[in-house]
Amino acid sequence: MRFLLLFSRQGKLRLQKWFVPTSEREKKKVIRDMIMLVLPRQPRTCNFLQWKDLKIVYKRYASLYFCAGLEEHDNELLALEVLHRYVELLDKYFGNVCELDIIFNFEKAYFILDEFLMGGEVLETSKFAVNVSMEQADTLQESFKVSYH
Amino acid sequence: MSPSVPLQEMIRAIRSARTQCEERGVIQRECAAIRAQFRQTDNGGRSHNLAKLLYVHMLGYPAHFGQMECVRMIASPRYSEKRVGYLGAMMLLDEKQDASLLITNSIKNDLSHSNQYVQSLALCTLACMGSAEMCRDLAPEIDRLLRSSNSYIKKKAALCAVHIVRKVHELGELFVPSARSLLSEKNHGVLHGAVVLITELCERSPETLERFRKAVPDLVQIMKGLVISGYSPDHDVAGVSDPFLQVRILRLLRILGRNNEAASDAMNDLLAQVATNTDSTKTVGNAVLYETVLSVLDIKSESGLRVLAVNILGRFLLNNDRNIRYIAMTSLQKIVSTDHNAVQRHRGTIVDCLKDQDASVKRRALELSLALVSASNIRSMMKELLIFLSSCPPELRAHAASGIFNAAERYAPSKRWHIDTILHVLTTAGGDVRDETVPNLIQLITNTSELHCYTVHKLYRALLTDISQQPLVQVACWCIGEYGDLLLKGECQETEAVQVTEDDVLDALEIVLQSHMSTPTTRGFALTATMKLSTRITDNVDRIRSIVSIYGSCIDVELQQRAVEYNALFKKYDHMRAAVLERMPVIQKNSLGQTNGELSEEPIKESQPGKVKQEEMALPQQPAGQVCDLLDLLGGSQEPLQPSSSVGGSASAQLTAAPASAGGDLLDLLGGFEPTPLVPAPTVTVYEKNGVTLTLICERQSESGLTVTLTASNSTDSDISSFTLQAAVPKSVQLQMRAPSRDSLPAHGGAKLTQLVVLNNPNKVNLKMRIRVSYTCQGSVVQDTVQVDSFPGL
Repeated sequence: MRFLLLFSRQGKLRLQKWFVPTSEREKKKVIRDMIMLVLPRQPRTCNFLQWKDLKIVYKRYASLYFCAGLEEHDNELLALEVLHRYVELLDKYFGNVCELDIIFNFEKAYFILDEFLMGGEVLETSKFAVNVSMEQADTLQESFKVSYH
Repeated sequence: MSPSVPLQEMIRAIRSARTQCEERGVIQRECAAIRAQFRQTDNGGRSHNLAKLLYVHMLGYPAHFGQMECVRMIASPRYSEKRVGYLGAMMLLDEKQDASLLITNSIKNDLSHSNQYVQSLALCTLACMGSAEMCRDLAPEIDRLLRSSNSYIKKKAALCAVHIVRKVHELGELFVPSARSLLSEKNHGVLHGAVVLITELCERSPETLERFRKAVPDLVQIMKGLVISGYSPDHDVAGVSDPFLQVRILRLLRILGRNNEAASDAMNDLLAQVATNTDSTKTVGNAVLYETVLSVLDIKSESGLRVLAVNILGRFLLNNDRNIRYIAMTSLQKIVSTDHNAVQRHRGTIVDCLKDQDASVKRRALELSLALVSASNIRSMMKELLIFLSSCPPELRAHAASGIFNAAERYAPSKRWHIDTILHVLTTAGGDVRDETVPNLIQLITNTSELHCYTVHKLYRALLTDISQQPLVQVACWCIGEYGDLLLKGECQETEAVQVTEDDVLDALEIVLQSHMSTPTTRGFALTATMKLSTRITDNVDRIRSIVSIYGSCIDVELQQRAVEYNALFKKYDHMRAAVLERMPVIQKNSLGQTNGELSEEPIKESQPGKVKQEEMALPQQPAGQVCDLLDLLGGSQEPLQPSSSVGGSASAQLTAAPASAGGDLLDLLGGFEPTPLVPAPTVTVYEKNGVTLTLICERQSESGLTVTLTASNSTDSDISSFTLQAAVPKSVQLQMRAPSRDSLPAHGGAKLTQLVVLNNPNKVNLKMRIRVSYTCQGSVVQDTVQVDSFPGL
């Protein structure tokens, strides 16, 4: 996986994760292109697109589009499962996640993503393990805070 | 200094801004506050400030002043600050920034931290933005972590190692032993990481690939365990146990089994088992099946397994889910060249997908359909493709049109079908075809002489309906110009007869000329066609003359030049007009390749009148002495003979495509030219001496005009050079000598020389001709004269 983007139906970016080094200009261009490619798509059309040399997989969950850029040898159907798993993890963590949760707690969304994917590959395949790690890390964060205040 | 606003309040403030301007204002204030906060040494809210900055960055605003703060935060002992600091590093720093080097040391320290979550932060950041130097620096540390007893750390270290190998290929060697031992792990996360790492190592180095082939049985064992194991709530996804791991193992098996019989055999049973047992009702099962099919098709699997795989793809094609159909076609595309027959069996379904609403599916179906066209199914496939072309989305039109042309060219069952197909494409998608279509089509048409009548009728009708498709209009104009006489004749075997008058045709061409939709190139075609018609129609030549003269003052330079030259053809060179505007010869395919196709014919026509003007000025005069010589020889004949001026004729000779025309470029272009078939005229040998033979063919062209073709050949042992012919005729006869085809005669009849003489005998006097032959042979100049009194064929 080269990148993972989350953007709203109005085209506002909510999360961006780049798994290969990309310049700021490149990033902006890719984001613009993805938004232009994905937003006009009709519902119930194919979730796969071809863009330059990448396969683009996208899925809409409520008001958010999850969009991933895959390389030639990546499995598109599995990528759909990856996106779905990420949504499940967010849902478990935030409890019935909605777009606002991701806006106001964006750093948590990143932390969860970092427990699930790394370097563009799946890191942990178990649903529970990711949430357990997140809880423990959060506890650690709180305990540190307490001890210094 | 405004107190720092916690993150969520700031986000609320930004979101409540009603205009872009207001938002910018809020953000500017916040950024100023954040910068001020950064300058302070230590306070509890540091992580909040950086988080705020990261949010602002995500909105698209510049945040580079936060880079140093990231570095500081990473070095902090507090976990909360480290966490945000590392996040900031991943978002704001990349290997090109100088600040990224500064965090290397922090990462190194944190990799050996006592707390695994701190370690994981460092691993994650390294895997995200580690530069090549950082990777080289920290690789041994990562390897150490791969051997730790902590699964959480091991799995992260494995993927971090993957990143290192991608950045610095040589370091792969370092990780091979640990990777191998990780395969015996039970923890799925670690196992998954191990498989990914091994895949990466094998893809980079063939030696490593060889070593890991021995691990195939282990991998097969792990897969079997996953497939037949009972329900495990932790890893189950809709009935499939850990699909992520399954897919990665299948991919690794594919790489290991490629081009290797032994490894492929070892995994054969497993693949068959996965292919048959996996539940294909949900996407996740299909994801595993998809990977299995890809693996089966890529390794040296036995034929039964291959058939099974292609059948799975066939089932996918019938699936209601568009995604499944899409990937089925993608996979079939990969094997269409190797397993062509297997894919052909599903041709019907694939062609149906052409009608799908979804553009992605349509594109895949188009590619696959074009690949499946063969001699046996060309007619039915073409029908479907043409239907598709009329309703396909614009971005696919060009591709579809060129694909159809290729298919038509390779498998056309008949010429007429071929021409019909191309015309159909031009009418539906004419705007999207490539430029070389026009010359290719014209070449095809000229080659199909039996269908000239049919073609020109069809094109004329198409022209009447629609003149917006430029390639079609260009071809139509060209054909009408060339075969206008066939169009006017009215009858045609292949299509219903339509009475077309000369005015209709000229009207059509004029509409094209005047339409604002016509490009300059198309106008050029139309003008030339109009001009050509001047020799093919009888009544409306004046109309053509007026059209042509109008364009003599056209703004477009190209059109103006043509019009002026055609005007000249009408005025000064009217006698040459017929010859200039003769039927074009059949275009040879290879000459098209050399000379840029259709376009070359036009410039030749244009340069011809131009050359006339040049040549006339550059006429070298015959030394007067020689001419008088000829006359003296004749002495007491009744009618003084008119000296010829072979040079005067040579200029005009440049013009036509006559067989004896000037050599060089013209002959190359019109390579296979055959003179218009005439009643074969008798050849008379008029001179034969010293091995030099001169023959004569006389043909009547019109009431008073005739052409005489002189052919010379050399049967001696030595080459002859500077061979020239001069001719003299009675005074009332007009004579023009065209330029000879060559001026040398190689020995042993290696090549013949031909020269055309055009005569006009309005008074119908008794025709005589005196011919003087002069040449150089073996260093000496030879001259001879012969008189021809009778011309057979007259």
